[in-house]
Amino acid sequence: MADIIKLEKVSKIYGDKIKTQVLFDLDLAFERGSFNSIIGASGSGKSTLLNIIGTLDKPTAGKVLIGDRDVSILAKKQLADLRNSTLGFIFQFHYLLPEFTALENVLMPHRIKGGGVDKSTFKKAEELMDMVGLSKVKNNPANNMSGGQQQRTAIARALMNNPEIILADEPTGNLDSDSTENIYKNLREINERSETTFVIITHDRRIAEKADRIVEIKDGKIEMDVSR
Amino acid sequence: MRLSFKIAARFLKFNLAQTFLIVTGIAIGVSVQVFIGLLIQGLQQDLVNTTIGNSPQITISATKEAAVIENWEEAIDEIKENEPGLSAISAAADGPAFLLKDDRSDPVIVRGWIFEDAEGIYSIEEKLVEGRLPKEGEVIAGLNLKDELGLSLNEEMKLATASGRIEEYRISGFYDFRVSSINSSWVITDIKTAQGLFDYGDEVTSIEMQVQDVFAADIIADSINNRIDNEDLIIDNWKAQNQELLSGLNGQSISSIMIQVFVMISVVLGISSVLAITVMQKSKEIGILKAMGIRDGDASRIFLLQGLILGVFGAMLGVALGLGLSVAFTTFALNPDGTPVIAFYINYGFIALSGGIAILASLVASFIPARKSLKLNPIEVIRNG
Ligand SMILES: Nc1ncnc2c1ncn2[C@@H]1O[C@H](COP(=O)(O)OP(=O)(O)OP(=O)(O)O)[C@@H](O)[C@H]1O
Ligand SMILES: [Mg+2]
Repeated sequence: MADIIKLEKVSKIYGDKIKTQVLFDLDLAFERGSFNSIIGASGSGKSTLLNIIGTLDKPTAGKVLIGDRDVSILAKKQLADLRNSTLGFIFQFHYLLPEFTALENVLMPHRIKGGGVDKSTFKKAEELMDMVGLSKVKNNPANNMSGGQQQRTAIARALMNNPEIILADEPTGNLDSDSTENIYKNLREINERSETTFVIITHDRRIAEKADRIVEIKDGKIEMDVSR
Repeated sequence: MRLSFKIAARFLKFNLAQTFLIVTGIAIGVSVQVFIGLLIQGLQQDLVNTTIGNSPQITISATKEAAVIENWEEAIDEIKENEPGLSAISAAADGPAFLLKDDRSDPVIVRGWIFEDAEGIYSIEEKLVEGRLPKEGEVIAGLNLKDELGLSLNEEMKLATASGRIEEYRISGFYDFRVSSINSSWVITDIKTAQGLFDYGDEVTSIEMQVQDVFAADIIADSINNRIDNEDLIIDNWKAQNQELLSGLNGQSISSIMIQVFVMISVVLGISSVLAITVMQKSKEIGILKAMGIRDGDASRIFLLQGLILGVFGAMLGVALGLGLSVAFTTFALNPDGTPVIAFYINYGFIALSGGIAILASLVASFIPARKSLKLNPIEVIRNG
């Protein structure tokens, strides 16, 4: 199957005076519709890699292609639209907008896309909240929820625009094992139903092992890459 | 745009205390602006009214050689037709005379008016303190003349002209112009009576006018001069005769503008510094929104709209406060006789302008944070937790 994400010789060096190289000439591709996990020690460069895939950060050298398009040549507006419609982020720190309720946060990607919120959109947002087990607190202000609830809200938000790619950085870091289990079951279902590509960073080996493919990063290089 | 507005409104609502503080700041600036502006305009209006409000602002008179204005009725019709800026026009037949009473002989000016026209300039009915307006063969005199000579109602007044004619007229009333030079010298009568006394026939000696915009009197006078183009006539306007008053008014206007400019500058500085802080406060939110794909234009519009909303509310509150202050001032700052020290003239155009400038200033002030938000890179926020 075709690759939806492709990295060619991607390097990342932080800092101007004191340079720290975090990623070293990575060549990596992910197939459309695949469910992938990235593991590795803390500080190995996982988040850096994911942010580069998600166009939030720029590689120091190398190319990133999303669906065959070189993202380095995209105009700012095209980049924004790509982030909005093609990519769904779940950050290591959940990052909700505290000024809005949980449900409004979930609707935000749709609003940014420019669509009005009609009944079906609303229903979809509610279904997502239901899926992550938050239908009871959906109208809470975002900062009036527990860390785990906020994280689940962020997951629902990432799914709102049916993106082709979901990039998740420790999406269940704050959750107990039952909720974690449940959420992965749901994500997997979405993956199978709608061919959404998942790239998920996790510390949890049990979770990683349920993915189609495990990529291990060590000191900015690919240490291991196994597919089932 | 709708999304930017929604987010802007929500940001402002979320930091309600801060929002309230900024709105109050703008409102105080606007209210000072409105109050001072209206105060100075009221002062000027008062000054203009007392000085020229009840006198002709443009006067056409005959030269000494010509003595009378011929075809004055046609002239009035022509002026009326072509000068829309006039609010009143009235012909007068004037002449000098001596008032003879007992052994005394006092110089007076006899003024013959068509009362329904003259009313528009002199508001004579308001000034009548005793009796009624004169009919043909009757006159009214000022209070000063009455007291000085001991005149009484319905008494006959004996007037002598330079040509030696002596006539008697019944005194039908007394007026008070609140200007002693007028009160002691004008004997006002019906136009026919004056024409008869001075042998003017059907002619008059002057045409007097008031204009809607008193400060345009010189321009209108020039235009009338060009239209009439008659060397026997002299056209004068109040501005040419009141240079000192004019420069006083000008000075007031300039100081008023200065005050308003400084108030506006402080409002702009205040808003822009506070809005610059809010962009720092909201940099996390902007970063998240950008990571979700909000376009830069929409993101910076959030701050412009915040500026606009703050400006609109600040302006509305400020106008209300300023008007309230003005009303309080006219209600509580009174002269001993109960009239307000300064009567405010509610100038809606000026109030709208003050509010509009405040809104514009808020919008301009919010350009700085809006620009700053363009440079904000989401990764800064995502990385730093
Ligand atoms: N802005 C930065 N400037 C300099 N060094 C940085 C910067 N951001 C990250 N690093 C460094 O890059 C390395 C990789 O960081 P990264 O966040 O990608 O690690 P990670 O694998 O996601 O770790 P964790 O599992 O703890 O989240 C770290 O050594 C970190 O100190
Ligand atoms: Mg990380």
